[in-house]
Amino acid sequence: MMSKNNKNKDLDFEKIINTPEFKSLVKRKAAFSRPYVIFFFAVFFSLPILTSYTSILEARAIGWMTWTWVYSFGIFIMVWVLTSIYMNKAKEFDKDVEEILKKNVL
Amino acid sequence: MDILSIAIFVGVIGLTLAITYWAAKQTTTASDFYTAGGSLTGWQNGMAIAGDYLSAASFLGIAGAISLNGFDGFYYSVGWLTAYLVVLFLIAEPLRNLGKYTMADMIGSRFQARKIRGAAALNTITIVLFYMLAQLVGAGALIKLLLGIDYWISVLIVGVMMTVYVLFGGMTATSWVQIIKAILLMAGTIIISFLVLLKFNFNFIGMFDAMRTATPHGEAFLHSGVVYKDPIGLISVLIALVLGTAGLPHILMRFFTVKDAKTARSSVIYAVWIIGIFYVLTIFLGFGAAKFVGADAIVAENAAGNMAAPMLAGVLGGELLESFVAAVAFATILAVVAGLVLSGASAIAHDIYGEIIKKGKVTEKQAVNAARIAALSVSVVSILLALGSEKLNVAFLVSLAFCIAASANVPTILFTIYWKRFNTTGAVASMLTGLIVALVLVAMSPSVVNPVEGAAFFVGNPIFPYTNPAIVSVPAGFLAAIIGTLVSSRGKDEVYYAEVKFKAETGYRELGR
Repeated sequence: MMSKNNKNKDLDFEKIINTPEFKSLVKRKAAFSRPYVIFFFAVFFSLPILTSYTSILEARAIGWMTWTWVYSFGIFIMVWVLTSIYMNKAKEFDKDVEEILKKNVL
Repeated sequence: MDILSIAIFVGVIGLTLAITYWAAKQTTTASDFYTAGGSLTGWQNGMAIAGDYLSAASFLGIAGAISLNGFDGFYYSVGWLTAYLVVLFLIAEPLRNLGKYTMADMIGSRFQARKIRGAAALNTITIVLFYMLAQLVGAGALIKLLLGIDYWISVLIVGVMMTVYVLFGGMTATSWVQIIKAILLMAGTIIISFLVLLKFNFNFIGMFDAMRTATPHGEAFLHSGVVYKDPIGLISVLIALVLGTAGLPHILMRFFTVKDAKTARSSVIYAVWIIGIFYVLTIFLGFGAAKFVGADAIVAENAAGNMAAPMLAGVLGGELLESFVAAVAFATILAVVAGLVLSGASAIAHDIYGEIIKKGKVTEKQAVNAARIAALSVSVVSILLALGSEKLNVAFLVSLAFCIAASANVPTILFTIYWKRFNTTGAVASMLTGLIVALVLVAMSPSVVNPVEGAAFFVGNPIFPYTNPAIVSVPAGFLAAIIGTLVSSRGKDEVYYAEVKFKAETGYRELGR
């Protein structure tokens, strides 16, 4: 997304980042990411906490596959699902970024 | 297995050298050398990230750890995969948008002070040397076992190969070596996993049933706690695994090999699928080795279990598969050390020589020459260190490298992008505090001082109880950033935040930068 023009020396970044479009982009990006980041850290660190301080994950889930393994496979699935969600959402933001660049730089 | 093994090894060497020859012809500028001219596609870079990331610690180490310790070995797989969510959600795109060749570029886009670049380069070099030493010593031991040649010759073979790739082919050769390695590694792992499943009659659940009685640990093999009896020690390891990836210089550098943030993003998606599937398959490697090779035989070959995967291949697929898997392990190490040489060289030639000493005023020719000289120096120093370390237990250096990355690099990277008030003092304080706290605590930990003779460098009682200090050093890195920032004055650093924030979000760049 490189800009081809030469006006950059005159760009007032302070002004651009305070435009409503840019502020809204940053805000929506954070609002999107924050819950997921908190969620995946919580899910991840719950694993050692549950295995260390409780024995609930030691119970058998399916045959001798214990809940410890099921929970871990759940983390794998979480990683794949969250990367897909991120990918889809990021495409939306790409459009807003293009708008902002068009308006302020070109 | 000798003739066959040697033939497959020579095949790997020949193929990678041919690539290097081809890559050398396209490597003329500094941008070619460090980033392959930013020409990689999403899937190419995704494969290369997987090839760069899945080191001997992942392939040989996790297979061995699961085979000997059951679920506790699998923590590494879970942690090292989840780490990519941190990379994707917080780091990859702004990093691509702000940086040029190195992590220090990205931090330097906001803070012009040379001491910042110096501290970032110091962290990069420290991480690279530790990580590299672990890989080279492991490679020496591995090839010695597999081909029966002396340790020093083994280290020299790997050392010379990595030097040739980087010196002549730069990032282009390194990337393609990593892509080929990723393909070989996935192929080898899928074949072994298939054979393991075949042995269990494709009964995935039944496999867990069988494991309950297959090892000396009994049912405990299927639970957490065979190794990690202390919760704080376990959480400390997991902090280093999940945060460290986002601060590893050789991984971060890969994001500059694509043309924009969109491609950086898609390369993470490809990498996450490849790496995730690989880590799922580590279960088959580990379970298979425990069941069909047996803990006693694995430990007899290597106390840490590093030979579990090649031994399992031998049991299941005979000499052909064992030789193939040995070559895969060899390619695995080559791809990782080449990436490390390149990121070490970038810190020395681009950050220290180009930006600090020459203040960015270097010609293209000088930049490329400096990069080559730096690559050669990094290679020679690490080969010499590895030659002197045969008898040392260096396996802990990989998790130490992750710990330093998490403690010394990650706080500064995150605050540079997301905290307006953050300033030069905070960044320097954080990078140095993270590094020093991690190093000092490891020096006092059971990895260095251990009551069991031969387990570490010194015999005695460790002052710091946990082998991985991340639980202390990571908060220390973040705290130093916050305190350093708050006690120093609001300078001009905040002015640059607007520019950095705009560029980080949009990928906007001036011409010629």
